[in-house]
Amino acid sequence: MNSRLAAITFNTFREAVRDRVLYNLIIFALLLVASAPLFGQISIGLEKLILVNIGLTAISIFGIIIAIFIGIGLVSKEIDKKTLYTILSRPVRRWEFITGKYLGLMMTLVVNAVFMTIGFYLALLVATRTFTRDDASLLVAIYFIILEFFIVTAITLLFSSFSSPIFSAVFAFALFVIGTFAEDLRNFAALAHGVTKWLATGAAWLLPNFAALNVISQVAHSEPVSGQLVLFNTLYALLYSAAATAVAILIFERRNLK
Amino acid sequence: MTKTAALEILGLAKSYPVGFWRKTLKPVLQPLHLTVEEGETFGFLGPNGAGKTTTLKLLMGVVFPTSGSARILGHDFHDPDVKRQVGFLPEQPYFYDYLSAPELLDYYAQLSGVSAADRRKRIPELLERVGLGDVGKTQLRKFSKGMLQRIGIAQAIVHDPQIVFLDEPMSGLDPLGRREMRELIQELKDQGKTVFFSTHILSDAEALCDRVAVIHKGELRGIGVVEDLKSKTNTRTEVVWQGSRALAAVSHLVTEPHATGETIRAVASTEDLDLVLEKLRQQQAQLISVTPLHGTLEDYFLTHISESEKTEA
Repeated sequence: MNSRLAAITFNTFREAVRDRVLYNLIIFALLLVASAPLFGQISIGLEKLILVNIGLTAISIFGIIIAIFIGIGLVSKEIDKKTLYTILSRPVRRWEFITGKYLGLMMTLVVNAVFMTIGFYLALLVATRTFTRDDASLLVAIYFIILEFFIVTAITLLFSSFSSPIFSAVFAFALFVIGTFAEDLRNFAALAHGVTKWLATGAAWLLPNFAALNVISQVAHSEPVSGQLVLFNTLYALLYSAAATAVAILIFERRNLK
Repeated sequence: MTKTAALEILGLAKSYPVGFWRKTLKPVLQPLHLTVEEGETFGFLGPNGAGKTTTLKLLMGVVFPTSGSARILGHDFHDPDVKRQVGFLPEQPYFYDYLSAPELLDYYAQLSGVSAADRRKRIPELLERVGLGDVGKTQLRKFSKGMLQRIGIAQAIVHDPQIVFLDEPMSGLDPLGRREMRELIQELKDQGKTVFFSTHILSDAEALCDRVAVIHKGELRGIGVVEDLKSKTNTRTEVVWQGSRALAAVSHLVTEPHATGETIRAVASTEDLDLVLEKLRQQQAQLISVTPLHGTLEDYFLTHISESEKTEA
């Protein structure tokens, strides 16, 4: 990694880490995870199942919220406050700026996910008093959640490279919701005819597929996740986020930053 | 060997699309041609909204020109490598307020390719030089306007650039802050750096600049050495003589006559000066002094702007 890219990445991470909003969100998420055993008491015997479901969903949702809310300001804040002027007057290429911002936010989200995972495992230990071999497979679900962050961050950055923060937030969140129902869209495309089939198939390929990345209920029931799915999801997330970031760079390279 | 110009602006122009269909182009900068020599301190003058900031944004690669180009230190202005030699202070700068002054300078120096060893050495020295040696780890959010302007100039020179662009460096500063900023610019000048700064405060330009350009409504209206421009406004001369009787003979040719005993002081226009002097000789008045009244840059500025306003009307 070149030193300019590393500097922008680290500064983006540092900005997020020094932002109090991030801590509020993390504390809230950890509280939710920690309170999961209480939900379990309502349904005897299902304590662990509920804890895993709530814990992993909290890690995912709070990560997505952080990705979108920090992501929408990554570029627009630097334009509004004119800090970008002092960056672009240096030997910094525009692609380095966008890529550095992306990597910085990803670093924040991964560190955040690590903290929440520790909180989650502690809650699990408190609830079940012991770890089993299956508990390690929960890490696969968390890995997939991090892959989700890769895609959501890239999409948010793509929108924020040309539009206002509110527009970016609404569209990134809308795409996340649509993406979680990607399987339904694919099923609909398979059943449709004519133009509708073409449109639905096109949309199914173009929109992010978050359904494949969600194995929370599978691991909660101790069902194994295939190595092939891990490989495919990894490739998919990397390619999708690389493509979205590339489009964001293409747009940003041509943009007049008034 | 011919000296390379520090900055050559070769017809840079900028228009923005306006209207519902964004098909009409509104020009904010007419093709601008300008050359700044190495080591020169160059003032870019104009009222608010004249196109000064647009020119700087174009030069810094923040916006793209509609036409034209520029060369900085002999290289294309978009060449990332030449930007190692460029420092820039935007107008009313805001910096990452979650950083401390040393962190901010370290970040910017890193972006400009300064090695870690040089950064460790240079940053404390620079903070001392801009009067921020004692701020420690205080975050920028707690800085006053004057302190922010000082950290602003520090980030512009942290990588020891050859050419420094300053957009309204004195704006919003109190008299003390303005004096300090002038001293800093003077220091850069003494070090042989090229300084290009935009301002609408003419006394600053007058005090610091070798040459100035005047821009108004996106168009270059004048360029030259400060003294030359000032002399263009020199259309009046003060004449002092002894002999109150002579006043009656020249009273229709002079203004502001003032008598102190037998000594008369009056102001004549440059074109009437010969006639006034001849009449005084005829009246056998004793001539004491003939002094051209120097105009200020402000006179030139106002004359030029108002003349062009009249032409347009």
